[in-house]
Amino acid sequence: MNILVCISKAPDTTSKIAFTNGNTQFDENGVQYIVNPYDEWYALVRALELKEAQGGNVTIITVGGAADDAVIRKALAIGADDAVRIDASATDAYFTAMQIAAYAEGKGFDLILTGKETIDYNGSQVGGMLAEALNLPYIAIATKLDVAGSTISCEREIVGGVQEVEVQAPAVVSCAKGMAEQRIPNMRGIMAARTKPLTVVAPVALDALTTYSSYSLPAAKSSVKLIDPNNLDELVALLHNEAKVI
Amino acid sequence: MNLVYINSANGLSKAALETVTYAKKLGADVAVVTNANASAETLTALGNYGASTILQDTAINGQDPSQLVKLVAAAAEKVGASTIVFSHDLIGKAVAPRLSVRLKAGLVAGAVALPEPDGSIRVNVFSGKAFGYVRVNSNTRIISLLPNSIQPEQIGGNCSVEAFDGQAGSSNIVVKATKKPEGAIPLPEAELVVSAGRGLKGPENWGVVEDLATALGAATACSRPVADIGWRPHHEHVGQTGVAIRPNLYIAAGISGAIQHLAGVNGSKVIVVINTDAEAPFFKAADYGIVGDAFEVLPRFTEAVKRFKATQH
Ligand SMILES: Cc1cc2nc3c(=O)[nH]c(=O)nc-3n(C[C@H](O)[C@H](O)[C@H](O)COP(=O)(O)OP(=O)(O)OC[C@H]3O[C@@H](n4cnc5c(N)ncnc54)[C@H](O)[C@@H]3O)c2cc1C
Repeated sequence: MNILVCISKAPDTTSKIAFTNGNTQFDENGVQYIVNPYDEWYALVRALELKEAQGGNVTIITVGGAADDAVIRKALAIGADDAVRIDASATDAYFTAMQIAAYAEGKGFDLILTGKETIDYNGSQVGGMLAEALNLPYIAIATKLDVAGSTISCEREIVGGVQEVEVQAPAVVSCAKGMAEQRIPNMRGIMAARTKPLTVVAPVALDALTTYSSYSLPAAKSSVKLIDPNNLDELVALLHNEAKVI
Repeated sequence: MNLVYINSANGLSKAALETVTYAKKLGADVAVVTNANASAETLTALGNYGASTILQDTAINGQDPSQLVKLVAAAAEKVGASTIVFSHDLIGKAVAPRLSVRLKAGLVAGAVALPEPDGSIRVNVFSGKAFGYVRVNSNTRIISLLPNSIQPEQIGGNCSVEAFDGQAGSSNIVVKATKKPEGAIPLPEAELVVSAGRGLKGPENWGVVEDLATALGAATACSRPVADIGWRPHHEHVGQTGVAIRPNLYIAAGISGAIQHLAGVNGSKVIVVINTDAEAPFFKAADYGIVGDAFEVLPRFTEAVKRFKATQH
């Protein structure tokens, strides 16, 4: 089974979020980038487990500049076989997905995995867009993934529950918690990652469909009102009369 | 014309009413497209929220996003839609991106408000730590609305239901089993949420959490380590790497309030924190706080809610 795993960089979860240039740009000053946790912990690790059990190849792909090679090497250290970087700035989800689709078209991948969303732009868009562009079935937000022959079985989240579904390869699946456990790369993996193939591909010409015109930060919370632990009637009254939420 | 996709398989959800209200407030008439065989009587209630026409395709069950995308695209063409609205729920997340590619129409994923005066639309970014304002560069735009971002509004009005053939073809996805916990309130749509963390010490202690949730009519949630150790199911895990929620009321007991946890709940209107440690970071993000032991406070809270509810009847 040949698996393509779409990887995005994301700011470390403890990063200070700030903006520059009149609030039109994310301030990368002092920000550490990691592999987006959904892409790494679930999509990549599950792909590696499937490969270890059944054979095949795991390729990772990202749309980004040369600075993103560090994030790619991290994913290679966890165990991916090779990597592709489409040399362009990932301006919106559509641009990103269409670049990946243009690369993947005709390469014979049996399974294309994405994380459920990125922890910076949180759009949950790339998987569905890829599936449409490649005319493949799409299983969104899968919490389990198994493959037997050409049958892909997943558990996916649905409104108010979960569902077991099957689809024939090739297909696109977006991956969420439950599918696999985080793996910490070991020294051998880190060494091996340095020499694994990383192919840099030129982007195809196309325009983004959306633009972030600006950003803002939420207003700071006013300070907490402390309630006597022996007087829960007061809390309930406040929730009803003051906060008006019950 | 604005077009709204709703899933009516289990009647009209709150998310459906929110999306119709949102589309109406954008201006222009609202058409709704739906699959599944909800009765005309159920569907016409959407007139009250601003819909004027409903297109219903009973031939598809809604399990395959590649069918739904064809259905919505066909409906968009029929009504000449310039804006198409989904709920940013599990169906919207699967279908709206496909539609964006099919129609080459920009998608605003997870809108939390009506458009700004300059036409850009606010979304949560950086897991709720900031807002982004998205501008769509195409003529047609698609908006998926984060649940619980606006309140459904009844404006009075009527609508007609029309059978519609979306030419959606056959499904490639075979459904083997569906599991829906009886009576549980889906977390992303819940207005009230009671959540607990490692401070509860073990899965056997969740009774006090569930009792309060039941008394309030709330959904239950948990912190990441609690789901990781298997004390609670994964779908209850809220935070930056779990579900992001924005209920009216979020009650957190025995949760320290790590930055990754706050990222998933900072959109809540009101936060109540119960923690034995007065220095717990969560108190900085809370509206109301109780420094105390969850095992004592939660049962008292439940009793106080019951007393309150008794006076409301
Ligand atoms: C990349 C990354 C992503 C992450 N994503 C998430 C995420 O999405 N969601 C998430 O929740 N976490 C996430 N985490 C983990 C996060 O950093 C915290 O470790 C986690 O939220 C802590 O969970 P907790 O508050 O339940 O446990 P603890 O931090 O152990 O806190 C327990 C709290 O309970 C209190 N307590 C103890 N006994 C009682 C009692 N009897 N009554 C009342 N209070 C009591 C303690 O004072 C303490 O504050 C992530 C971490 C990383 C590195």
